[in-house]
Amino acid sequence: MNRDDIFSKIQEVLDDALGVDEDEVTSEASLTADLGAESIDFLDIVFRIEKTFDVKISQGELFPENLADNAEWVADGKLTNTGLEMLKGRMAHVDFAAFESGDRSISKLGDAITVDSLVNFVEIKLAG
Amino acid sequence: MRWLWIDRIIDHEPNRRLVAIKNVSLAEEHLHDYIVDGQVVMPASLLIEGMAQTAGILVGTTSNFKEKVILAKITKAVFDRDVTAGDTVRYDATIDRIDEGGAATTGTLDRRVAGGDAWERIGRIELMFSHIDNNMAGTEFPEHNFVFSDNFKMILDAAGLGEYVCNSEGT
Repeated sequence: MNRDDIFSKIQEVLDDALGVDEDEVTSEASLTADLGAESIDFLDIVFRIEKTFDVKISQGELFPENLADNAEWVADGKLTNTGLEMLKGRMAHVDFAAFESGDRSISKLGDAITVDSLVNFVEIKLAG
Repeated sequence: MRWLWIDRIIDHEPNRRLVAIKNVSLAEEHLHDYIVDGQVVMPASLLIEGMAQTAGILVGTTSNFKEKVILAKITKAVFDRDVTAGDTVRYDATIDRIDEGGAATTGTLDRRVAGGDAWERIGRIELMFSHIDNNMAGTEFPEHNFVFSDNFKMILDAAGLGEYVCNSEGT
């Protein structure tokens, strides 16, 4: 399955999970900021990607979870350098550049997850 | 006390499927506020709640009701026919996927054909549930679990599913 095929299936996943039109699902669209995803939608998307691509996704593997519980990763509601490095290592499918140079509030972290992040994730997963 | 929108559980396949029915009656006051073309109609929102209770109990049984199972998302709800007084509706819920974070369910809604034993399909409802607290293990049921309260236990007992509640109490 090539990247275009994966993108096309991700469009269908997001169409079903978020009720958005496929033309809204561009590569750079943020799941939360542009497509209106909320936390429960992340679980829905994980389930649908598992089913669509026949892969198993562990909790916290696709989307960051429970970061605020760790004081080394989050301080005053913002991601620390240690937290950011941890995420970069654990979530190679996400481009954190804009988040790193902007507001590092944990509440903004979801904005970094784009459609491209999901395509990257599936590509890595299928290759692995 | 929570308002129940199912009357009886009629089938249960552990960890997979639960089926419940509801008899719709003119004695239900809410029906009189919802009249379409001169006929009382069961609001679609309450049909969704009936499915949520059916599927929610199913999800709850998988953890012996240790988890607080909360309806988090109506992924899809499609209705082909109205439900009115005198109808019996059947909710047939299946777990698609479940993990620590929650569960996705699909369900069908059927209506008994008047005057017979046949059923007709009148809707499909997909839901998402969240396990809002993963640390409920060992908590006494139902006092500390506001989701699955006493009247749910009554329905479970009537269906012979009380064992799931007992297990949640560690007895």
